[in-house]
Amino acid sequence: MKLVLKIDGITRRFGEVTALDNVSLEIGQGEFFALLGPSGCGKTTLLRIIAGFETPDAGTVTLDGEDLLSKQPNRRPISLMFQSYALFPHMTVAKNVAYGLEREGLPRQEVKQRVGEVLETVGLSAHAGRKPAQLSGGQRQRVALARSIVKRPRLLLLDEPLSALDKKVRADMQLELKRLQHEVGITFVVVTHDQEEAMSLADRIAVFDSGSVRQVDEPVALYERPRTPFVADFVGANNLFHGTASGLDGIKTDDFGMLAGTPLEELEAGAKALLAVRPEKLELAGESAARGLKGSVLDVSFYGGVSHISVDVPGRAKPVLVAVQGASSVEVGAKVKVRWKAEDAVIMAVDA
Amino acid sequence: MRRSRFLYVPFWATYVFLYLPIVVLVVMSFNSGRSAYTYEGFSLKWYGELARDERVRDGLVNTLIVAAGSTVIATVLGTLLAVGLARHSRSKLLDAIALMPAVLPDLVIAIGLLLFYGLIALTLGLYSTVLAHGLFSMSFVAAVVRTRLANADTSLEEASRDLGAGPVETFVRITLPQLAPGIIAGALLAFTLSLDEFVIAYFTIGNSEQTLPIVIYSMIRFGVTPKINALAAILLLVSFTAVIAGQRMTKIGEARAQD
Repeated sequence: MKLVLKIDGITRRFGEVTALDNVSLEIGQGEFFALLGPSGCGKTTLLRIIAGFETPDAGTVTLDGEDLLSKQPNRRPISLMFQSYALFPHMTVAKNVAYGLEREGLPRQEVKQRVGEVLETVGLSAHAGRKPAQLSGGQRQRVALARSIVKRPRLLLLDEPLSALDKKVRADMQLELKRLQHEVGITFVVVTHDQEEAMSLADRIAVFDSGSVRQVDEPVALYERPRTPFVADFVGANNLFHGTASGLDGIKTDDFGMLAGTPLEELEAGAKALLAVRPEKLELAGESAARGLKGSVLDVSFYGGVSHISVDVPGRAKPVLVAVQGASSVEVGAKVKVRWKAEDAVIMAVDA
Repeated sequence: MRRSRFLYVPFWATYVFLYLPIVVLVVMSFNSGRSAYTYEGFSLKWYGELARDERVRDGLVNTLIVAAGSTVIATVLGTLLAVGLARHSRSKLLDAIALMPAVLPDLVIAIGLLLFYGLIALTLGLYSTVLAHGLFSMSFVAAVVRTRLANADTSLEEASRDLGAGPVETFVRITLPQLAPGIIAGALLAFTLSLDEFVIAYFTIGNSEQTLPIVIYSMIRFGVTPKINALAAILLLVSFTAVIAGQRMTKIGEARAQD
């Protein structure tokens, strides 16, 4: 894969706060890349640095091998789709979309043709003459998207692209974004705090926490093999157990003895470790089962396709979450045992 | 909740207090007698007399020149000042100082300008009043535009830069249209402020020229006649028209900005 964007050692401080701490990332041609993290983790600051609205205190950013930081925002072959869409309220949809092309000084005929094409692509040809205020939220987003891609940028940055839409429209737009990215072949970098959004959209995800990248991986790897406690906790629902490393098949805990799991890398015996096991990997067994954690059912929630069962396990502050397919026959208050296979639980080091 | 009729009394009393003098002034301008205090019958003769009075005519022309000139200066500089304060400065002090002429006593500005003009040996004339009015209404324009800027979405300007426009082009194509209603409101405010300004004009104008308020002042010294009422009524009409036009245009501008 050809490298497009290279971020190297970017640091940005705002007074006492370090928004970005020595962040390095590489993003390839045609990739759909997500920057995922809770609010205030620095992901938006990084996006604004790439777009040119923020200057880092240290580090470099190159696009196709050329230095980006020395260029003004209007000289960068990058488009940013703002969270608020930032459509120009005094211009029609067509004028909004044409704005970037007109700034390039393209002939009128070409501008008109390209605006027509891109409005066709996002399905808004019929609305070309309207003002942004006359459009719905989903339509406004399409205009913002059209305005960004019509310039054929090397890189399209999207700041929380779906956060302002309601749930139904969001699902449609999610598919639309993927389709568009495929069609136009532009490299997309999306910033989001919604991990489901990141997982479903992106080819690769960088998980941010307090200004640092915790893990860069494909969605499935991120979900199945989190490498840091933050990622294990932030991405998807998880059951976490703290203990100390003990060989290749489990960790030692104070309250539950040995728990089965697979370390992702060899850990020094006795080092602090965390075991994470996904709710859908857990199995409920009768009270008399040979092994497993003893507990009692606190709550059963039915979601249609799946049911979530909370099990109170003595010695744990948070209940253990178990997900099963379809409806569950377990009743609240039942005594059960929770168990899992060693290969379904991951063990990672905890930084002291 | 039942509204007490009693509460309407102070409301209407305030209204009467506000507008009764103005109503009296307008009514007496149509007086056929010589006195400004006793009404003797309807007549337009004072308006006619006004039209024949050369001093009044010259004063009106001067006032309009000063108002128009100072409005242009105040609007351009006030807008730039507001944009500079909002976008390129974080200093609260600069902000406060810039808006200070709006609250300074007119007399202080007037004396200050007179001394300053003396210092740089500027011969007083109409233009010195244009500058003086421009200076003092500039902060009003800046204050109005500043409020609008504070509510404006900065991401619009960023989007413009992102789409390839330079800073100047962004200002002209994106920032200015966003601010237009505020700028128009500020300009009309500056115009009406200059129209009836007396103190600063009196201090800074040359010996050979007079603005309308100064003309009225010197006429009153020889006794009040309905001619002055007629003049005041015309001024009232001009101010009202300007204010109403201003509000209309602000509304149109806002509706446009939101469409």
